[in-house]
Amino acid sequence: MTRPRMSVRRRLAAATAIGTAVVIGVTGCSGGSPEAAGEAFTGEYTGEEVELSFWNGFTGGDGPFMESMVEQFNEEHDNITVVSNTMQWADFYQRLPAAVTAGEGPDVGVMHLDQLATNAARSVIVPIDDLTDQLELTEDDFTTEVWDAGVYDGARYGIPLDVHSLAMYYNTEHFAAAGITEPPTDAASFQEALEKLSAAGYETPFWMPTRWPSHLMNLSLLWQNGGEPFGDDEASFGSDAGIAALEWQRGIVDDGFSPSDVAVDSQYVAFKNGETSITWDGIWQVNDLTESGLPYAMAPVPTIGDDSAVWANSHNFFLPRQASADQDKTDAAKVFIAWMSEQSAEWAGSGMIPARQSVRDAGALEGLPQAPIAEQIDDMRFLPPIPGIGTVVTETLEVAVSEGVLGSTPPADVLTDAEGTATQLMEDNAATFGG
Amino acid sequence: MSTKVSADALPTGRASRPAATRGAPARRPAREQAAATPWIFLAPYLLLFGGFVILPAVLGVWISLHSWDYTLPLKPFVGLDNYVALFDPNSTVSGPFWGSMRATGIFTLFSVPLLLTIPLAVALLMSKKFPGRNFLRAIYFAPYVLGVAVVAVLWRYLLDNNIGLVNHYLGLLGLPDDTAWTTSTPAAWVALIGVTVWWTLGFNAVIYLAALQDIPVELYEAARVDGANGWQQFVHVTIPGLKPILSFITIITLLASANMFGQSYLMTQGGPGRETRTAIYQIADTGLRNFQMGSAAAMSYVLTVFLMLVSVVVFWIFREKNEPKAKKVRS
Repeated sequence: MTRPRMSVRRRLAAATAIGTAVVIGVTGCSGGSPEAAGEAFTGEYTGEEVELSFWNGFTGGDGPFMESMVEQFNEEHDNITVVSNTMQWADFYQRLPAAVTAGEGPDVGVMHLDQLATNAARSVIVPIDDLTDQLELTEDDFTTEVWDAGVYDGARYGIPLDVHSLAMYYNTEHFAAAGITEPPTDAASFQEALEKLSAAGYETPFWMPTRWPSHLMNLSLLWQNGGEPFGDDEASFGSDAGIAALEWQRGIVDDGFSPSDVAVDSQYVAFKNGETSITWDGIWQVNDLTESGLPYAMAPVPTIGDDSAVWANSHNFFLPRQASADQDKTDAAKVFIAWMSEQSAEWAGSGMIPARQSVRDAGALEGLPQAPIAEQIDDMRFLPPIPGIGTVVTETLEVAVSEGVLGSTPPADVLTDAEGTATQLMEDNAATFGG
Repeated sequence: MSTKVSADALPTGRASRPAATRGAPARRPAREQAAATPWIFLAPYLLLFGGFVILPAVLGVWISLHSWDYTLPLKPFVGLDNYVALFDPNSTVSGPFWGSMRATGIFTLFSVPLLLTIPLAVALLMSKKFPGRNFLRAIYFAPYVLGVAVVAVLWRYLLDNNIGLVNHYLGLLGLPDDTAWTTSTPAAWVALIGVTVWWTLGFNAVIYLAALQDIPVELYEAARVDGANGWQQFVHVTIPGLKPILSFITIITLLASANMFGQSYLMTQGGPGRETRTAIYQIADTGLRNFQMGSAAAMSYVLTVFLMLVSVVVFWIFREKNEPKAKKVRS
C-alpha cells in the first residue's frame, strides 16, 4: 500500500494521540441534497462561528508541522476553529468510510491520491470542482499526473497539498571512507558504489527490505524499465519490466550487498544505526534522520533501468459526504482548504514537496534536503485512479515482492501468479463499483 | 420506618411463608414465585448476551448471504456464493482463506500442548513453599498483564535476525546466529509460539495453581503412607485432582490459540508471504480493510464450525476417560 512508513513504534505513539473522534453534531438543518458539497464557494466565510473537525494521518515527523499550520489558521480566522484528529493512515482508511456511513464523518480531511477514486466510488467524499474554480487552481500549477489522478468519473475530488516520493538516503561518512564523491545516479555507478563500500569494510551496504517499502522500490524500477503496473481493467506488473525489477532486487541479496531475510523496518533501523550505508525510503523520513544525528544525505533514486522514474504519492484535501448538509461548515471547510493550499510552503518543512509549482518557484524548498528530489518531480509516477487499487496492491504485489526478495519463489513465477490474482480482484472491484 | 424495613426484608418473608401455607417442603414456594422473577434476574445479562452475541450471530448469517460492502448503497443478495467461493479453488478468496486456516491449525496444534504442560510445571513449582515464592509467582504472571502490541513489538526487535539481541546472544554461545525468526518458516512458527507461551503461560498457571490448592493434602499423605513416590503421587493424585479443570483449560486455550491475530499481525505481518497469516487475520483483512463483509462473515462461520467440531472432540476425549474409571469403581 502506498501509505507512508508506519513503524510500530510510531503506531504506538499515535495510538495515544488518537483519542476519541471529535465530531460535533451538525446543528444546521438545511435539508439539502446530502451528496453535494454545498453551494458554490464564495471565497470567504463570514457566517456564524463554527468548529470543523479535520481528520488526517500525519502521525510521523509531519504531524507537528500540520498542527502548527492549523493553529496559525485558527489564529487568523476568528469565526472558524479547526480541531484536528490525527490517526494512523491504516486506521484512517478503515474509520473514515465507517464514520461517514454512520453520519459521523469529519468536516474536512486529507487522504492519499491513490485512495481518492476508491472513496469517491464509495461516496465517502464529494466533488469539489467549484473550489478549484474559485481558487483559480489549474493544471498548469501542478504536475499533470497529480492533477489528473484527483478526477474520478469526470469530477474532481481532491486538492493536492504535496507530493512525496521515494528517495535514496546515504551515509556520508561511509561514502567518504569508501572514496565516493558523488551519489550514484545509474545502474553502473550504483553497482560501483556498492562495490567500493564493500571493499571499504561496509560489508552489507544496501539492505533490501522484504516488506514496506520493497514493493514501492519494485514499482519505481518497473516504471524505469518502461513498464506499467496496471492497465485500466487488468494488472500488468508481472511483465518483463516488473520481473527484471524484482530480479535486480533479489540480486542485491544474492550478491551479498544485503543480508537475507531483512525483517519489517530493520533496513531503516540499520541505516539509522550506521550498520548499512544506503537505503531507499520516503522523503518524509528526513526529520527523523536529522534528529537522530546521523551523517546522511539525500539524492534521487538512481536510474537502474532505462528512464528515470520513481514511485510517488500525494496528500489531498477532500470534503466528506455529510448526513445533513450545513452550508456554514462546508463554506468554512473550503476556506480552510484554500488557506492550506496557499500556505503549503510551510508544509515543506515536514519533508514533503509542495504540490504547487508557484509555491516551489517562490523558494519554498530553498535549503531543504528534499530540494534535489523536487527537481525530479516530472519523473514521479503515481498509481492510477482505479477504485479499490490500494487493496489490490496490498493483497498481491506486496506479498509477491516480499516472496521474491526472500528468495522463496523465483521472481517470474511469483509475479505472474500475483498478476493473475490482481486482475481477478480488479474485475471483482469493477463489478462492485459498477465499472 | 424501621419496622417496615424488617417486614419487607426478604429472608423473613421467605421463612414465614412456607410455614403459613401448608407444611410443604421448605423449597417449594420458592418455585412458585412469579414466573417473571428468574427472567428479571437474568435480564441484565440476557440483554448484553442478546445484543452482543445472539443478534450479531444471526445478522452475520444474513450478511454472509450478501455481497455486503457497507459503504455501498447496493448490497445484492448472492445466496451461498460467498461459501461456494471459499470452496472453489479458482476463486481469489479460497487460496488465502485455506492458507490462513492452515496457519491457525499449525499454531494451535503446537501451542496448545505447550500451554497445557509448561504452565502446569510452573504451577507445581510455585505451589511448593520456598522463600521468594510470591515474587516468582508475580514474575511468571507479569507478561500476561502486557498488551499484545507491547509483547509483539518487543519481541519483533529482540528476534530480528539482523539487528536483534536473540541472535546476538545465540552467536555468543556458539549457536547458529542467522536464524530468520520472523521472515522464514518454520522459525517464524517457533518465534510466534514461543512468544505466545511466554506471554500467556501465567494465566493458565494461575488456574492450575488454584486447582492444585483444592486437592486435599490428606490424599497426598495417604499416597505417601502407601509408599508412592513423587512421580506416582503426581500421576495418581495430582492429575486426577486436576481433571475437572483440565477440560476447561484445554478448551479456553484451544479457542485462544485459534483466535491468534495480534502476534502475527505485528511480528511477521503474516509473512513470509502469507504463511503466518491466521484465519482471524484473514477475516479482519477481508472484512475491515477490504470491506468484503459478506465474504468475511462466511469465513467466520466456516471457522466457527471447525472450532465447534474441535470443542466436541475435546469434550468427548475428557468424557471417555471418565467412564472407564467410573466402571472400575463400580466393579
